[in-house]
Amino acid sequence: MVWKTLARHFVSRHAPARSADPELAAALRQRLVAASAQKLGRSLAIRHVAAGSCNGCELELRATQNLIYDLTQYGLSFTASPRHADILLITGVAARNMAEAVRQARAAMPDPVFVIALGDCAVDGGVFKGSPAISGGAESILPVDLAISGCPPPPGQIIEALLAMLDAHTPLKTKPRPRRVC
Amino acid sequence: MILCSSAEDWLAQDGQFLALWTDATHAYALYAPGRLVALPLTDNAYPALNTPAAAWFQRLAFDTSGVTATGASDTRPAIEHFCASDGSSPWPEFKPATAEGVHQVAVGPIHAAIIEPGHFRFSVLGEQVLKLETRLGYSHKGTLALMRGKSPRLAARFAARISGDSTVAHSLAFAHAAEAALGLPPPARALYLRAVMAELERLANHTSDIGAIAGDAGFSFLDARFSWHRESLCTAALLAFGHRLMMDIIIPGGIAGDLRTGGADAILAALAALEVELPSLIRVFEDYASLQDRLVGTGLIPPELAQTYAPGGFTGRASGSSDDARLTPGYAPYENFGVSVPEDSEGDVAARIRIRLAEITESTRLIRDLLSTLPDTAIALAPAAGSGMGLGVAESFRGPVWHWLRLDAGVITDVFIADPSTRQWPLLEHAATTSILADFPIINKSINASYSGVDL
Repeated sequence: MVWKTLARHFVSRHAPARSADPELAAALRQRLVAASAQKLGRSLAIRHVAAGSCNGCELELRATQNLIYDLTQYGLSFTASPRHADILLITGVAARNMAEAVRQARAAMPDPVFVIALGDCAVDGGVFKGSPAISGGAESILPVDLAISGCPPPPGQIIEALLAMLDAHTPLKTKPRPRRVC
Repeated sequence: MILCSSAEDWLAQDGQFLALWTDATHAYALYAPGRLVALPLTDNAYPALNTPAAAWFQRLAFDTSGVTATGASDTRPAIEHFCASDGSSPWPEFKPATAEGVHQVAVGPIHAAIIEPGHFRFSVLGEQVLKLETRLGYSHKGTLALMRGKSPRLAARFAARISGDSTVAHSLAFAHAAEAALGLPPPARALYLRAVMAELERLANHTSDIGAIAGDAGFSFLDARFSWHRESLCTAALLAFGHRLMMDIIIPGGIAGDLRTGGADAILAALAALEVELPSLIRVFEDYASLQDRLVGTGLIPPELAQTYAPGGFTGRASGSSDDARLTPGYAPYENFGVSVPEDSEGDVAARIRIRLAEITESTRLIRDLLSTLPDTAIALAPAAGSGMGLGVAESFRGPVWHWLRLDAGVITDVFIADPSTRQWPLLEHAATTSILADFPIINKSINASYSGVDL
């Protein structure tokens, strides 16, 4: 029958709308999160670069490693080689004389990389803002993922900020045993 | 200030050279214990001084103001890296030691540890370091230029950020200079509390550095204990003055905030804890042959060389000098308490540590004496908008910090800052050549010259 053929033709012109199987998508997403968490986890290595600080931020960064703060207990550690690093942590005003070294350190790091600006100087140049000798903050050299302000930020605040970044980026169900930061 | 009438006069000045700088019309040289000599510039130039300690200052003066030192043998840029005619930043020409089999090791500007940036170029024969050339300037922030045109109170924020580990000493020297220029005597309570902060800062740095040196020698126990004490001193500083490093608290005319309630007790508790444990830590330091083996005879600075460069601080005192700016030229309130200055002449890493251990005991005593006799006066006077020139000094943990400034109607027109690190870097270059490359981190930490304090 002609009308039946026409009707079938009319109906078949529109392919049925497709949507992902929600169960499959959820399973895939879970696998992806697990894989990235496994790859990155909460155990991240930090490469610190001083790009024109007054060395106050370095003092407080070093203090995060002492007996009282013990940064390593959260799975975070400092590394000498950028090849081993997941986090590029920049202190200082972004002095013009350091810009190339910072770029080279970033280029030597395997992706993905978190860039952190630590201290008022690294956030926007701090009190040195406007000096012709600086480009004014880590953001002027590289895109920054996290800014930790303070002059200098105390070790407890540095650790809290690092943990907040980890929480935001790795939605893990199991978190390390919390310990008091005094 | 002595104004020289001729170049001969300028060159004939004797005494221990401390610093050199220029402004638009004059060149200035500072000799121990605070004698300032000036010479009018001729065609934007002045005769270079003979002492090798002046080399860095002359290079710096050219970089910051374009004034030439006539006859200087070293004319490399000091802090200005973008010095090529096309505006690029070329590598300087290093002059490696010449001997068969020498190779160069380049380190930095980014270092392995959490420290400031600088480039080291070693000439090495096997493991033995034959020569070290440092290239600094990576932390150059243009601080001096930023301080000009500001009132002393505003500029104090920059003085506090010349070198974070000696923020108190730099703020104090700057306040001394501004107060000298304005004829402004700060109240007695401010003087005492400034000294408490200065000694606390000395303790915090000595404890953390001694521990770090031991840590570099693979002896992490001392590092752990000393960094614990540094932490408790910083916490006490926070409770007493509101900032762990006591930044921005010393201002021209006095201090920005009084000692907080419970602050004195917090400081005394930290001191008591340090005092209880210190003898056993010193015993560990002295008793372990493996540790002593790394430190004794390492990084030698002979007294004659220290005499030339006048490094001051524990570096000078470990190499036969007894200089201490708290006593000569001296400043309040130390004349009321006296300072016992330890001295040694071995000039190695171990001697520098011994001096610092002795200074811990002395600073502890000073803080106790200061806190028990705190005068009950105001803590600050407002500076008037005066004019004048002032020179100020403060003994930081690493040596005397000199600040010089000129005020015109309450605004800074010229300023110079001489951190002792400037005269200590050449000594590090020498000390490195007395040991093997693997000992360099220990030697570097044992002197702990500031990068930021030199790069300005």
